[in-house]
Amino acid sequence: MAPRFYRLAETGRKVVNLTLDGQPVAALEGDTLMVALLSAHGHLRRSEFGDGPRAGFCLMGACQDCWVWTEDGERLRSCSTAVSDGLNIRTNPPEVSWSDVL
Amino acid sequence: MVGRALNTLKVVIIGAGPAGVRAAQTLVAAGVRPTVIDEGRRAGGQIYRRQPDNFTRSPETLYGTEASRAQGIHDTFDGLVDQIDYLPETLVWNISDGRVFAVSEKRETTIEYDALIICSGATDRLMPVKGWDMAGVYSLGGSQVALKSQAVSIGQRVIFMGTGPLLYLVASQYLKAGAGVVAVLDTSSFIKRVVAAPKLMSAPDALINGLKFTLALKAAGVPVLTGIRPLEITGDADSGVSGLIFETGAGERHEIKGDAVAMGYHLRPETQLADLTRCEFAFDEKSHLWYPKVDEDGRATTANVYLAGDGARILGARAAEVSGKLTALACLKDAGVSVSDNEIMALRQDMAGWKRFAAGLREAFPWPAEQAAKLPDETVVCRCEAITAGELRRTVNAMGAKEANRAKAFSRVGMGRCQGRYCALAGAEIIAAAAGIPVSEAGRLRGQAPVKPLPICIEDDEAAAAISTVRELTK
Amino acid sequence: MSQSVNNQSDVIIIGGGLMGASAAFFLRQRNRSVTLLETGLIGQQASGVNFGNVRRQGRPLFQLPLAGRASPIWRNMNALLGEDVEYIQSGHMRVCYRERAELADSFETYAREARQYGLDLEILSGNALRQKFPFLGPDVYAGSYSATDGHANPRLAAPAFGRAAARLGGNICENTEVVRAEKDGVDFRVTAKDGRVFKAPVLLVTAGAWANALSEQFGEPVPLTPRGPNMSVTEPVPYTLMPTVGVSTPLEIETVYFRQIPRGNIIIGGSTRAASYPDIRRAYVKPENTLTQLREIRRLVPALGRLNIIRTWSGIEGYMPDSLPAMGPSGTTSGLYYAFGFSGSGFQVGPAVGDVMAELIDEGATTTPIEMYDIRRLKPVVV
Repeated sequence: MAPRFYRLAETGRKVVNLTLDGQPVAALEGDTLMVALLSAHGHLRRSEFGDGPRAGFCLMGACQDCWVWTEDGERLRSCSTAVSDGLNIRTNPPEVSWSDVL
Repeated sequence: MVGRALNTLKVVIIGAGPAGVRAAQTLVAAGVRPTVIDEGRRAGGQIYRRQPDNFTRSPETLYGTEASRAQGIHDTFDGLVDQIDYLPETLVWNISDGRVFAVSEKRETTIEYDALIICSGATDRLMPVKGWDMAGVYSLGGSQVALKSQAVSIGQRVIFMGTGPLLYLVASQYLKAGAGVVAVLDTSSFIKRVVAAPKLMSAPDALINGLKFTLALKAAGVPVLTGIRPLEITGDADSGVSGLIFETGAGERHEIKGDAVAMGYHLRPETQLADLTRCEFAFDEKSHLWYPKVDEDGRATTANVYLAGDGARILGARAAEVSGKLTALACLKDAGVSVSDNEIMALRQDMAGWKRFAAGLREAFPWPAEQAAKLPDETVVCRCEAITAGELRRTVNAMGAKEANRAKAFSRVGMGRCQGRYCALAGAEIIAAAAGIPVSEAGRLRGQAPVKPLPICIEDDEAAAAISTVRELTK
Repeated sequence: MSQSVNNQSDVIIIGGGLMGASAAFFLRQRNRSVTLLETGLIGQQASGVNFGNVRRQGRPLFQLPLAGRASPIWRNMNALLGEDVEYIQSGHMRVCYRERAELADSFETYAREARQYGLDLEILSGNALRQKFPFLGPDVYAGSYSATDGHANPRLAAPAFGRAAARLGGNICENTEVVRAEKDGVDFRVTAKDGRVFKAPVLLVTAGAWANALSEQFGEPVPLTPRGPNMSVTEPVPYTLMPTVGVSTPLEIETVYFRQIPRGNIIIGGSTRAASYPDIRRAYVKPENTLTQLREIRRLVPALGRLNIIRTWSGIEGYMPDSLPAMGPSGTTSGLYYAFGFSGSGFQVGPAVGDVMAELIDEGATTTPIEMYDIRRLKPVVV
């Protein structure tokens, strides 16, 4: 799927490597997780109630539309989370293994 | 609070935007060491939001005509950091019994206060349109954040739609940064601006800047249309936005193509925290907004609670600086500090000017309340819970819910993650239209903690201690 | 139809919670004319803010006939009321922690005795417990599983009864605050704050935390304590936690419970109740109670620590000192009936309470034992 966000400046930053749904994503240091993901992909998650993919809305931590899952079942608000090397993100909830955390 | 030594006076300021920074500065100058709690990673608020450290764009590129004001706020705050207790990236999630409950890095910090100054700012005010829940639709403020703080555009061909000064500002910022701007579609008619001009003259520089933005857009060949009504954001579920269908003032239907929509109808105050302090609210007929009641200097109806900036009244960033100072002075005065009455009078006068300007903006760019009744039933109103206008209307017509909290209980509109920030105002208009009552009678959603999602894994020593005490006692 | 025409009926009900609204409905089914007076809106207080547990297990054995009478009503409620109240029979699990392993024995005893009332419970521990409920934390020792219990949406249930009663011709008066109730010869005379007067030979008080103000007027004060539940709800996540789970413990701070709804949100209740304020009709969540609740829910289901809560709420409940309601006829005044003080365990029995009270009023007797709830057992508070 085509990316949603387009970089207009500040492209000389160091590359940070993430994974989204098993695919590598090259982000830049200083990116929010949301910008990193949407510069490579068209959406962040799917609405729980069946009205399609979502790609955030307010970018300022108010609408809570951009929460993503990590492979480990953690929740991250992507617009207010800075990228870091090795983040492994899913656009769909992972199969939760309840006993993993016991 | 009266008679307390100033160095023991516990003042908590929530928010480090222009109001919070000026409040902190005023308190520090008087010898108080306030605690400043801010959700942001760096101070400045939304309007003067800073880019990450490793970005290199100049303040002029980021803030345009407001560069020196932004820098003034940033420099002031940086100069205060040693004289305040600063908690960045910290969310105040509830307020109770003279204590703020805050969370940072999944750890609870509970802070007692003698006085609380809430500078919680504003977010975009939204009117739903069919298709606004698709990927690729962003709030105007959000579109600006993308550019300002991350140097990205929300799409290759962006349609700007809504009303208010931010519409023209953000569109021109996108244009200048090299992004594709397809059109600027304003729901307000041009004549409203002419009528409001005398009031807008209270801030002539702001008025002139606004005109410059419009001229720049037109010079670049961007269609700027006024008096339109959006009908539908088009696209498909998988790839998101592909365009917008709208009606002109003359009633002609048009469709334009684009891969992103930035939309907003001016701003709404963030009032959940004020609500949690149990402040009284009043409905403002002119703006169709519920505001916490404040006196001339920002005192709320709850003792020792003060409100400043756009969270108290939507008056803009420059007024926020003034009201930040003014509420801090009111707070000092209430603590028994002698403050200059002349300074208070001068600040009140400044505020009067900004109120006049804000009234002009409100008249020039009115909230399109009338759209609510015309939204097709299938339009999603509550983005969080994906509840449609039709479902909301059914709770009014079939279930008798004519009040916002009742309709929320029945339909889940406003019950989702955002706590009604983006649907409550339009929701109230839909309820009122369906019930045939004034929107003031539909009421407002009561604030409920946590004001933003709270991690269940939050660590708190007091809770741990409370539980072990009970367990010990029963052994 | 104006109120003045309508002010005489067979029965006046004061208090539009689940008990009052369902009583109005069942009285209308029995063709009795009913006026229901509610200060605010139907189901707005304890009936609307509670956890939504539709559970029989854990109740005193003598209450199981009443609870058993409610079960088929819940199962048929959507058809009965013509609205979806989101009832699902998803099972209920009552667990105890290792440090209170002795509770497992009481689960066994209870299960044996409850079987006589038609309630089948399965006691689980060890591997069987882990296999069936892999999400439970390591402190959980044993559990009692009731497959036929479930949960429903409290925001919808009482209002649905109210609307159904109105459709059957009940006179449902919201925003009607009662200031006085007295017996005037044959009829009760009930005066609203706005001056309206309602009359009926039978008066049923279902006013929850506000009931004492009325029972007192008939010489039967009750020691009701207003409190507020401590409730939270998470963001929606995939629907995997079918049964409702609650902790059995003598310590209120440890008493947490949760249920997931098919939309995905997980509703969490318990740990500590706060004060509530019936006089101003408000209750406030105390943040420190939210924090202990979150800590205790992590002990019950550690994996929930990954999620966020998005909303908390409370409301006004009225608690009795012995946790049993006042239900049945007045001890002082003929024609006067009570059904209040159910807080803590009222939601499941609610529709049966309405049904029983309708039966009692209509026929003069009920087939369900209720004598243990007689208001005369309660000693007034000595001030």
